[in-house]
Amino acid sequence: MKILFCTIAAAFAVALPAHASINIFTCEPEWGALSKELAGGDADVFVATTARQDPHQIQARPALIARLRNADLAVCSGAELEIGWMPALLRQAANGKVQPGAPGYFAAAEQVQRLEIPSRVDRAEGDIHPSGNPHVQTDPRNIRTIAVALAARLNQIDPAHGAAYAQRRDDFLRRWDAATLRWQQQGAPLKGARAVVYHKDWAYLFAWLGIEEVATIEPKPGVPPSSAYIAQLLDDIPHRNAQLIVYAAYQDPRASQFVAEKSGLPAALLPFTVGGTDAAKDLFGLFDDTVARLLSAESARAKP
Amino acid sequence: MSFKLARIAGVCAGLAAVAAPAIAQEPLQQELARLKEEMQRTMSTYQRQISDLEARLKAVEQKAAEAPPPQPAPQASAAPAEAAAPPSPPAFPPPTGSAAPGAAGTGAGSATAFNPQISVVLDGKFNAYDKDPANYRITGFPLGDSAAPGPRGFALGESELGLSSNVDQWLYAAAILSFERDGVVNVEEAYAQTTTLPWGFTVKGGRFFSGIGYLNEQHAHTWDFADAPLVYSALLNQQLANDGLQLRWLAPTDIFLEFGGEVGAGDAFPSGGGANRGVGVWDAFVHVGDDINDASSYRVGTSFLRTLAHDRTTDNDASLFTGFSDTAIVDAVYKWAPGGNPVETNLKLQGEYFWRLERGAFDQAPYIGHLEGFYTQAVYQFMPRWRVGVRYDRAWAADVDNSLLGTAVDNMDHVPVRYSTMIDYSTSEFGRFRFQYNRDEARATGPDNQFILQYTVSFGSHPAHNF
Repeated sequence: MKILFCTIAAAFAVALPAHASINIFTCEPEWGALSKELAGGDADVFVATTARQDPHQIQARPALIARLRNADLAVCSGAELEIGWMPALLRQAANGKVQPGAPGYFAAAEQVQRLEIPSRVDRAEGDIHPSGNPHVQTDPRNIRTIAVALAARLNQIDPAHGAAYAQRRDDFLRRWDAATLRWQQQGAPLKGARAVVYHKDWAYLFAWLGIEEVATIEPKPGVPPSSAYIAQLLDDIPHRNAQLIVYAAYQDPRASQFVAEKSGLPAALLPFTVGGTDAAKDLFGLFDDTVARLLSAESARAKP
Repeated sequence: MSFKLARIAGVCAGLAAVAAPAIAQEPLQQELARLKEEMQRTMSTYQRQISDLEARLKAVEQKAAEAPPPQPAPQASAAPAEAAAPPSPPAFPPPTGSAAPGAAGTGAGSATAFNPQISVVLDGKFNAYDKDPANYRITGFPLGDSAAPGPRGFALGESELGLSSNVDQWLYAAAILSFERDGVVNVEEAYAQTTTLPWGFTVKGGRFFSGIGYLNEQHAHTWDFADAPLVYSALLNQQLANDGLQLRWLAPTDIFLEFGGEVGAGDAFPSGGGANRGVGVWDAFVHVGDDINDASSYRVGTSFLRTLAHDRTTDNDASLFTGFSDTAIVDAVYKWAPGGNPVETNLKLQGEYFWRLERGAFDQAPYIGHLEGFYTQAVYQFMPRWRVGVRYDRAWAADVDNSLLGTAVDNMDHVPVRYSTMIDYSTSEFGRFRFQYNRDEARATGPDNQFILQYTVSFGSHPAHNF
């Protein structure tokens, strides 16, 4: 009993969070990176998942409950991406500040126009999202819109640092707009390319760069492919005139690489979020690397 | 008209002819570069302005959507004024209040918008045993009425209908009804819980699964085996549910540290008849958990449970128990997945240890029971959709007074153990088929081979990925 008591006391002493102005709980690495850009030293930013994890398939782990309990602001994708774990976290964290509807709950996907809103919501179609594709971070123009809204939300919950948030926002937008223009120019050769994707992760990226999604390696969203399905897909690829294969760092590469090998198409592993590749250290690196990897796959196809 | 156009064209051609040599004198490339730069600047400005306008438009739309139909005049006039503001204001646009409809929010607007989340879980089994479950014993343990394995043959298991919703800005409520073989509808859980109390407190009231141990709070269909561990069957009659109140406090630490306590009516095993006196169950628990690294995390806990029994009936036995039981539990669970991504492979280790001191009388015979037991299990997903698991159960009861020899609490010098193994296949997150084999040596009369086929399907609102 004594040992237990000491352990608890020690845990308190060690684990009490360092005092920054506000605590931000972010569901995915891209929102962690954006929060750091906008909040700088005025906030402690916690990122609940890594780029190696499938953001659909997270459990309401004890560490996440503890971090959400202390948060002043939760920044998540929303649009049902975290439907399996965020409601459970919110109930157990007992933190009124970050409940949906409160200013402390920020859903990034709800700030932008979502694509692929299904006309038919049926689980026979796989793990679909009734509010549309939640992977909005793959288009830098969405990041811009979300940055503006997130800075406003930071100002709302921490008005004392409002001037600093406004200044960091303007600074970020200046750098971001210049970078976006650069990526657009670099990515111009990708316009009209036809891609096979593993999961429907890329609707926004493709809409931005003008790439066309012609097939998915998953038969239905969230359903791993069977060998029969892959065989059929391989038969189908020549008819679809596909040029490259795109998959994310968090996905098992084997199916994508197998299809690439058999079809002779170049495969591009994309970081998908901050930390997905070594080069994707922050949001700028994420798009630098995404565009570079797409271009290198595109030119690999052009060569033979 | 055509004459006018021709004239303009003529003038233009003339101008071009005059201007061409003049431009050619300047370094042409420099000029081009300047033009290009200008163009880029313009494009970037336009893009910024367009996104700004889009954001503003969206905010206005949202505001309009939120505003009640008879829109007050000042608000209506404010919107266009705001839209006409210059593009990149240093200040923040006025907050749109609770703009985010929330992750769990459904499409609003229709009469069904306030319907609760509905989930249905169908859990069916086919059981084949060597021995008749009607004569089930865990030697040395006084058992409740749900301790025995389910009936032989096909049976609908814990099929349940769950409704849950936020009640208002303060409360969340859930009701889970289960359907049994003989048409009885059982209220498994029905509780209201606070969502916004300050300082990390949560109060829950109603009927709910107690927070003691690890498995107890989870619904049976989420367990990794088709049946409860032997100690759960023996000491908690499968699972302890209270009609009562629960208070939890989550400490403001970076590691998960939770304290909880409950009081309950105590009309169910290991209590019994306590409802007559109002309160028959008290318990307290502490949970600690954290991530060890990206790939692994744990939770450990300890719980203490005191229950009062007043003429508690014992299954398979006519005698009545009056007295109290004190139970202590330690539990631990560890989860690992490569990179923390459980989609391909993952491992889950868990175990719980129970001690119980029961003191009172069976009919008139004085009884002091020292009951103890544990289970430990490992479940491994070796490829997507497929998992295998093994479990070991052991429980033992100390010797009792001579006056009780030959009754249900006589240990007959036998230590109940059980070996279990299972394999399951998931069609998706929402469907699972399982085959389980137990070699159950709970009875002193010899081992029982148990084969269980189980299916669990859930539909309706998305199930929670609990730890």
